[in-house]
Amino acid sequence: MTVTESKLLSTGSDWDFETLDRYDRAIAELAHGKYGLDTYPNQIEVISSEQMMDAYSSVGMPVGYNHWSFGKQFVEVEGRYRRGQMGLAYEIVINSNPCIAYLMEENTITMQALVIAHASYGHNSFFKGNYLFKTWTDASAIIDYLVFARHYIAECEQRHGVAAVEEVLDSCHALMNYGVDRYKRPTPISAMEEKRRQREREEILRQQVSELWKTFPDLQPATQRREPNFRYPAEPQENLLYFLEKNAPLLEPWQRELIRIVRKMAQYFYPQRQTKVMNEGWATFWHYTLLHDLYDNGQVGDGFMLEFLQNHSQVIHQPPFDSPYYSGINPYALGFAMFTDIRRICEQPTEEDRHWFPDIAGSDWLATLKFAMESFKDESFIQQFLSPRLIREFKLFSLFDDNERDYIEIDAIHDERGYKAIRNKLSEQYNLSIQEPNIQVHDADVRGDRSLTLQHIRQHHRPLDEASSREVLRHLYRLWGFDVHLESVDNGTVVERLSIPDL
Amino acid sequence: MSYIIDRRLNGKHKSTVNRQRFLDRYRRHIREAVNDAVGRRSIQDMEQGERITIPQKDLSEPIFHHGSGGRRNVVHPGNKEFQQGDRIKKPSGGEGGGGGQKAGDSGEGDDEFAFQIDPREFLNFLFEDLELPNLVKRQLEGTRSFHLRHGGIVSHGIPTKVNIVRSMRQASMRRRALSAASRKRLRALKAEHEELLQQDQSPQRRERLAELEEQIARLQRRLERIPFLDEVDLRYNHHVKVPRPVSRAVMFCIMDVSGSMNQDMKDLAKRFFLLLYLFLQRNYEHTEVVFIRHHTSAKEVTEEEFFYSRETGGTIVSSALKLTLDIIKERYPVDEWNLYGAQASDGDNWNDDSPGCASLLENELLPRMQHFSYVEVMPRSHQALWDQYQGVMERNGDFFSMAQIDAPGDIYPVFRRLFKKRMEAA
Repeated sequence: MTVTESKLLSTGSDWDFETLDRYDRAIAELAHGKYGLDTYPNQIEVISSEQMMDAYSSVGMPVGYNHWSFGKQFVEVEGRYRRGQMGLAYEIVINSNPCIAYLMEENTITMQALVIAHASYGHNSFFKGNYLFKTWTDASAIIDYLVFARHYIAECEQRHGVAAVEEVLDSCHALMNYGVDRYKRPTPISAMEEKRRQREREEILRQQVSELWKTFPDLQPATQRREPNFRYPAEPQENLLYFLEKNAPLLEPWQRELIRIVRKMAQYFYPQRQTKVMNEGWATFWHYTLLHDLYDNGQVGDGFMLEFLQNHSQVIHQPPFDSPYYSGINPYALGFAMFTDIRRICEQPTEEDRHWFPDIAGSDWLATLKFAMESFKDESFIQQFLSPRLIREFKLFSLFDDNERDYIEIDAIHDERGYKAIRNKLSEQYNLSIQEPNIQVHDADVRGDRSLTLQHIRQHHRPLDEASSREVLRHLYRLWGFDVHLESVDNGTVVERLSIPDL
Repeated sequence: MSYIIDRRLNGKHKSTVNRQRFLDRYRRHIREAVNDAVGRRSIQDMEQGERITIPQKDLSEPIFHHGSGGRRNVVHPGNKEFQQGDRIKKPSGGEGGGGGQKAGDSGEGDDEFAFQIDPREFLNFLFEDLELPNLVKRQLEGTRSFHLRHGGIVSHGIPTKVNIVRSMRQASMRRRALSAASRKRLRALKAEHEELLQQDQSPQRRERLAELEEQIARLQRRLERIPFLDEVDLRYNHHVKVPRPVSRAVMFCIMDVSGSMNQDMKDLAKRFFLLLYLFLQRNYEHTEVVFIRHHTSAKEVTEEEFFYSRETGGTIVSSALKLTLDIIKERYPVDEWNLYGAQASDGDNWNDDSPGCASLLENELLPRMQHFSYVEVMPRSHQALWDQYQGVMERNGDFFSMAQIDAPGDIYPVFRRLFKKRMEAA
């Protein structure tokens, strides 16, 4: 008894910096030593609840530029928090190197330990390991880039006025989801490089007129050689912001730079939007595993575990669809269940598992888990690893809604016939390129009235929401400077057309 | 591997700028809400924050998203009794259950965005664009009423105020200017000297060289004699005294409490007084209020008594004005206080008193006061007092204003009109 007592990392619920450090070391020892998780160095910052609200409303960027929409978010968070309608998240973690995690000072030591395990080892190793993050984000450069962006925007505000900057940012934010390259690989950025390139671009732009609009064809042999009815862009462009940055005829260099900054942000957050289930599931799996190990080693007591388990079960609670608290599938619940299930399949496979997952049943669970974490995104992860057992556990069912019929059909439930269908449909639900309307730049009429035409390719005949599309087009119009059109294409024919200004 | 950092002492108001931007952007909505609140609220809680609601659609940040229609699949957890192939009738008129639920995720049916502004912000919005007339008229004598402000750079001053950067710049300019000719000549001589050295030596050349060397030495001595820093270079920071307006104000609330004023009218008057009081309080460090009520005779009373005790009898307005004048003379020297008057009445007055009121106001009170406002709380035709005051207003438009208030809703607009920022005054 005395031996176990002496191994306890802390007693009581208070914490101080030494205790935090002890916990961090203990957790690190397990995470790195026992499980071999590969992480960035950790920077754990203790902050107050007000600071947490600040961090919250800047969408998790430690250094954000100023914009009213962040203020709106802050006002909302603050109001709900003050009225007690919402607790603050226990943690925010930033994909940077070193990996910054915020701990709130009000939390008990149990919560702090949970957050350290969850954020500083779970999320952190995910950021470092997952292929999307590896390809798309550069953890070591992001903070520098954010600082650069903030300064640049502040400078623009001084030079051109807050209102002018805000206008451009508003418009960019409206198109933010269309500011990412989905397929092209980016080159890594560094702040220094970025600053140098920005100056260079500005210089070049000042020296030459945009290639698009040169109006003296005689002086431009390249232009003359073009087909009279050539199309620009030659291929449809998915990255609207990139297209605008490079081709919008009337923008000033600084405005193009703002577009670029928003675009970079969008690109930075893009992997996070695609790996919600995996990322949270992975982190939850690890805080669960690591803290249990601490308990097994006698490093934490029963009281600690009870508090931890209570919190943990709240986090992974999944209300059924008919519950008033239901708001879609809880990514923590699904992710945690899936990673736990993979481990189970590896360690204690059933006949069914052997049939469904011949590759991983009975294999080394740690290696399999890491492979899953590194090589997938939500969509493919579900497609690959959602087991019939989990489908049964969650009692998943699929609704099919066709607006041409006056009923909704249950087209699959958690039974033998439905497993595959459910898995496909759930996977599709996490596929951003299906969930978000597919809109691309179709044509810029560079020889005529300079109008810009976007095309929306309908999937499953789903139309765009007209009111908001009109608003977004207005923003697009502001950036492009000439008429913009949005065509909605269903089965190869244009079925709807929106124009700003209205024809 | 890990660093644990205590950031609690770092600034917490990182979002202040963003919040302010947000408020600025929705200024119009907030102002409307504030105006509503003024009409709704009782006087006592004017100095509180306010919950502002803005229609969600006005502050939406639009993005492209799917509308209803088409075909869609949604997977939900928690199936209880459904079997594959079950069909559920769609609620008529609405969109499908699956789609509906999905749409509900983001919106939750909330079509209003609500948040709180604090009391200070509330008052800021309340008094936005308003300005006290003649705010800076009076100055207090003595040093306290001045403050020093940077007033540029001068060439004379005391040593403690030397502006080093400017002085050095001046010195550098002087040195360059004074030495320009010599340096040019020196360059020429040195070049010639150099050239001669390259060539074969001859007696004449050697002589010339010696001559050159002497000239160069002389020029260099001359250059060295230019002082590094001269008295004429010195520049001093200059400060000017800026008069500071008196930071004390007193407000006279004058109200008719004769039998013809009922409680409703008093409430109206009270709201007006309160707005004025809050407004003064924001502009002056110290604000005092004097309550004077009158029927046939005037009396200085406490606030409680002023608003709530009842009296009957006729009305002689001049009695109150006389009392005001006496109090000013006795307690509030004109050069130390900013004086404001506000009078509320139902317009009743003994007819032969009204001309007296006007002349008392015009000749005695207005010259002493910053501003005097008169509100008539009576939805009926005007009587002699109004006509007389109209004459006063024509002659003293800057110091005097008057208006009629019929209902609580009128007060704020009237108040705004009375104290609207006067562009021509600025």
